[in-house]
Amino acid sequence: MGLRKIVDNMKPTFSEGGKLSFLASTFDAFETFLFVPNTTTSKGAHIRDCNDMKRTMIVVVLALLPAFLFGCFNTGLQVGLAGFEAFAYGLVRILPMVCVSYVVGLGIEFAYAQSRREEVNEGYLVTGLLIPMIMPVSTPLWMVALGVAFAVIFGKEVFGGTGMNIFNPALTARAFVFFAFTPQMSGEEVWYSKWSMMGAQTDGVSGATALEQLATTGEMQWSATDAFLGFIPGSFGETSTLCILVGAAILLFTGIAAWRTMASVFVGGLAMGYLFQALGVTEFPAYYHLLVGGFAFGAVFMATDPVTSAQTNAGKYIVGFMTGALAVLTRVVNPAYPEGMMLAILFMNALAPTVDYFVVEANVKRRKNRIKTVK
Amino acid sequence: MSNLKNVTGPLSANNPVIVQILGICSALAVTVKMKPALVMGLSVIVVTAFANLVMSCLRKGIPSRIRIIVQLVVIASLVILVDQFLKAYVYDVSKQLSVYVGLIITNCIIMGRVEAFALGHKPWDSFLDGVGNGLGYAAILLIVAFFRELFGSGTLFGMQIVPESWYIANGGFYSNIGLMLFPPMALILVGCIIWIHRSFNKDLQEK
Repeated sequence: MGLRKIVDNMKPTFSEGGKLSFLASTFDAFETFLFVPNTTTSKGAHIRDCNDMKRTMIVVVLALLPAFLFGCFNTGLQVGLAGFEAFAYGLVRILPMVCVSYVVGLGIEFAYAQSRREEVNEGYLVTGLLIPMIMPVSTPLWMVALGVAFAVIFGKEVFGGTGMNIFNPALTARAFVFFAFTPQMSGEEVWYSKWSMMGAQTDGVSGATALEQLATTGEMQWSATDAFLGFIPGSFGETSTLCILVGAAILLFTGIAAWRTMASVFVGGLAMGYLFQALGVTEFPAYYHLLVGGFAFGAVFMATDPVTSAQTNAGKYIVGFMTGALAVLTRVVNPAYPEGMMLAILFMNALAPTVDYFVVEANVKRRKNRIKTVK
Repeated sequence: MSNLKNVTGPLSANNPVIVQILGICSALAVTVKMKPALVMGLSVIVVTAFANLVMSCLRKGIPSRIRIIVQLVVIASLVILVDQFLKAYVYDVSKQLSVYVGLIITNCIIMGRVEAFALGHKPWDSFLDGVGNGLGYAAILLIVAFFRELFGSGTLFGMQIVPESWYIANGGFYSNIGLMLFPPMALILVGCIIWIHRSFNKDLQEK
């Protein structure tokens, strides 16, 4: 294999004593990106598997692809294009954002790993794609860059890097940009691309998202089917519930995401939705909540984050249910935030360790009682 | 020479905000703009210095069980003096600071320095210690306020620094970071200052 040889030839330069040994982490990152590492543990019992974190992350990226591709198509569609042109327009529109997200985020990750002489963590592969997908398509690139920098440094690296963070980094980025640049993240203007090329009609295109319409008037101008398929304005990757469900199927089939969390988020949202409907607070059907805004996207890709979500099975049910319920509660009750999913997930991220603690304690108590009864 | 250490120590190595972690609450509240932060800093310098001086003079005459109430009376009278002074000469700033001038009474730095230093040291040393701690507090306030005002409002001391034509509303690309106006950002900024400060002062790093 040619590539293997090239990498092997480069290795001494980057190993200890080599000319570029200060870039060891960077080299290691690219090497393990290309090839499955051939090092194995030498003692103790370990389960051996060719699947490692890079491979896991790539599966999540694959699961994101349907929603991403549909996002491209929908971006063009919303400015009056159709067919392949719409897709090409959206792709050209979103690529700079993805590039900025990866360059800034990975740049910081590499710098940190280098300065700590650690391996570069793979977590950013997913985060870097998630961030553009949960932003309005017209977000200025420097705001994306600032949000990414904030999320990677304060959301992740200060806690110790991938696997140590309390809050989901992608949502930290969105929360930062949302509160720092509120006018560019909400309202009627931001959901439509303003680039006039390929014959897109960008002049005077504006309008509230389905979510904002539901919050203010109680109905939306699109049908539930359109909302399910995703032909509505919104953040880049969040509109199509169908494509997100395809991603969910991939995640569940490969066992990467916890089905307990995912299912209970939907149940929690639905339960809260029906409660409000029964109380007469909202007039639209409760399942609308699952179709519009970032609910499905958050439930599938963010609430199930293995690092920040609950670790115990019972904890997963509780945290998931609370996330869904809180998201709908925020949407309905708080007029300042038409979208509650981001805040709900971040809030439950903060509470997840506490929930886990009580679940474990309850288990310890139960088993202690069992011993007592045997005696 | 040892007197001078009382002033310089709290500026960095023993800074009340970033090392002793005192007075954080007001550091979050009054640092949206430079001007209130400066006035607040000066007020705290005056109050800590004279509270330390007075308490140090009284330290031998006060029974230790009632010392807290005496401290409160002294500090409260000083704060009222400062408050009245601000109302008379810089009314607009006084209005911006609103309750926070009165709340200098509860600023942990003042009580902390009186308890920890003034009750055991001579008046002149105590006075210098008060000045030093006030200066250390004011310095952190000004650094935080500098970033918050520059990035949150685009101004410094009320003067426009970021060109108007940069703003999105005027056809530019720039936008103020609204988050800077919220207290959480002040906390993160204080955290950053602590981070940078500790990376230069290795002996302060927690094990």
